[in-house]
Amino acid sequence: MSTNVQKFPSQFPIPAGPNFDPRFPAHSGSPSGKLGPLSVSRPAPAVSPGIAKVGLSEICLSYRTQSGERLLALDHINLQVHAGEFVCVVGPSGCGKSTLLHLIAGLHPQTSGQILIDGKPVQGPGTDRIMIFQEHALFPWLTVGQNVEFGMKMKGIAKAEREEKTRYYLKLVHLAKFEKSYIHQLSGGMRQRVAIARALATEPDVLLMDEPFAALDAQTRDLLHDELERIWSETGRTIIFVTHNVREAVRLGDRVVLLTFRPGRVKSEFPVELPRPRHLEDPTVARAAREILDELRDEINRSLEAEYNEGVKPHVKTGVEA
Amino acid sequence: MKRAARYIIFYAALFGLWTLLAELKIWPPYLFPTPWGVGEALYAGFQDHTYGIAIRVSMQRVLIGYSISVVLGMILGLGVASSKFLEETMGGLLVSLQSLPSICWWPLALLWFGLNQNAILFVVIMGSLLSVTLAMEDGRKQMPKIFSQAGRNLGAKGFKLFWYVLLPASLPFIVSGLKQGWAFAWRSLITAEMLYLSLGLGQVLMMGRDLNDMSSVIAVMILIIAIGYVVDGVVFKGMERHLQNKWGLTPAT
Repeated sequence: MSTNVQKFPSQFPIPAGPNFDPRFPAHSGSPSGKLGPLSVSRPAPAVSPGIAKVGLSEICLSYRTQSGERLLALDHINLQVHAGEFVCVVGPSGCGKSTLLHLIAGLHPQTSGQILIDGKPVQGPGTDRIMIFQEHALFPWLTVGQNVEFGMKMKGIAKAEREEKTRYYLKLVHLAKFEKSYIHQLSGGMRQRVAIARALATEPDVLLMDEPFAALDAQTRDLLHDELERIWSETGRTIIFVTHNVREAVRLGDRVVLLTFRPGRVKSEFPVELPRPRHLEDPTVARAAREILDELRDEINRSLEAEYNEGVKPHVKTGVEA
Repeated sequence: MKRAARYIIFYAALFGLWTLLAELKIWPPYLFPTPWGVGEALYAGFQDHTYGIAIRVSMQRVLIGYSISVVLGMILGLGVASSKFLEETMGGLLVSLQSLPSICWWPLALLWFGLNQNAILFVVIMGSLLSVTLAMEDGRKQMPKIFSQAGRNLGAKGFKLFWYVLLPASLPFIVSGLKQGWAFAWRSLITAEMLYLSLGLGQVLMMGRDLNDMSSVIAVMILIIAIGYVVDGVVFKGMERHLQNKWGLTPAT
């Protein structure tokens, strides 16, 4: 498995200082004042030296198609994600990047290989890893507040504590006023913020985000990028973010992992060392995205070829956005 | 308002036609009573508590029978929907059983349970169980998969997953099946009651026949229709409206 590692040198001088962390930009302000006191744990990433937060080793997934042939979807995926890291996974449609998240979430077993969380193998779903789906995963029979409360209710947390945390996390995503609304009354962007609040409310170590902003318009997506970055820096979660949008990946990630088209393999990894906060339209972001996209071009071509030749059903999304 | 006007015109015309035919005395009055005659029979029936008792007894039976079918049907339907084996084996059997009129279970029920309330309940359950089962199976399949994934992801499993996720998620898809199950339960009950005399609306209906009292026969028929209509209009329409409000579905027209 040859994995290229390329670096994007920062264009801007990084301010030196003992407490400087590029994830905590000085101007973003302290959130605790706005949100009021609350005993919600904000884990400083519990780093056990040498053990990755999420460790994938030699993950393979194959399944039988309807015509009976065996299809290899994921091929010996190796990936280490550190506590507090924001990793973006990009690849053309059909590379199995969403499937990979389902495996990490424990919603589906891998054919072979091992998934370790803090060194312990994954056995089925667990609330230490919460998934945020592309859309339509909020429960329409519950109010916004009840959706956020859901995971805590399943855990058996007492009602008073649930209500307190629900209010806290709704405030965190600026939706406190909508606690009693039903999901269909919200816009697409608001729904994804509820999904983020619902995921955070179970206080997972790892957020698994499956193209969460793909169905949103550009302005809403911009805002949610800022908001996600802020929440990430405030809560210190580990995030694995799947997208087909390379620029989004560079905008958000500490590292971008590129998967190949069918079967999905790790093609290259790109550490992104641009200072935060970044913006989608930054020339530095665009330049970094361009480089990744060049690598990706072969895979897109292969995926398009497959689509044209094999008669892949037309509803399958195509390609990758720059 | 226009709709209300149409209703009034239609029923006034129906009523007028009925009165006209009865007043013309083409058929003897004991076979074709006037609306007033039926009205008097209704009044008298409620006055001596016959109808009140009959309605209470019938409602009690149908509620017990229907509740059992809903619980059993949901479990069965969920089983059939989630197991390939059950779907292939029991699925076909369930569909074929649906072609059997529920009253065909009556002789079997009599032999098993004897001539008593349990035999009636059995027929009511057999009448509505299949509708509920098939509706639940269908609802479970139509329900977007993402809800169960999200539920499991958030820590729901086993009974909690069923109760807090699968059931509410499939409710919009099974409400019409539940409604159909109710209609079958009600019909089966009345049929069984007509064959087995012990209170109940079906028995009161047959009593009218035995006494050659056409007014009371029609009065009881009106009661049976009215109860079926009210339950459908109040309980199930209310449930549908409630779901539409929550889910943001457009009202079915």
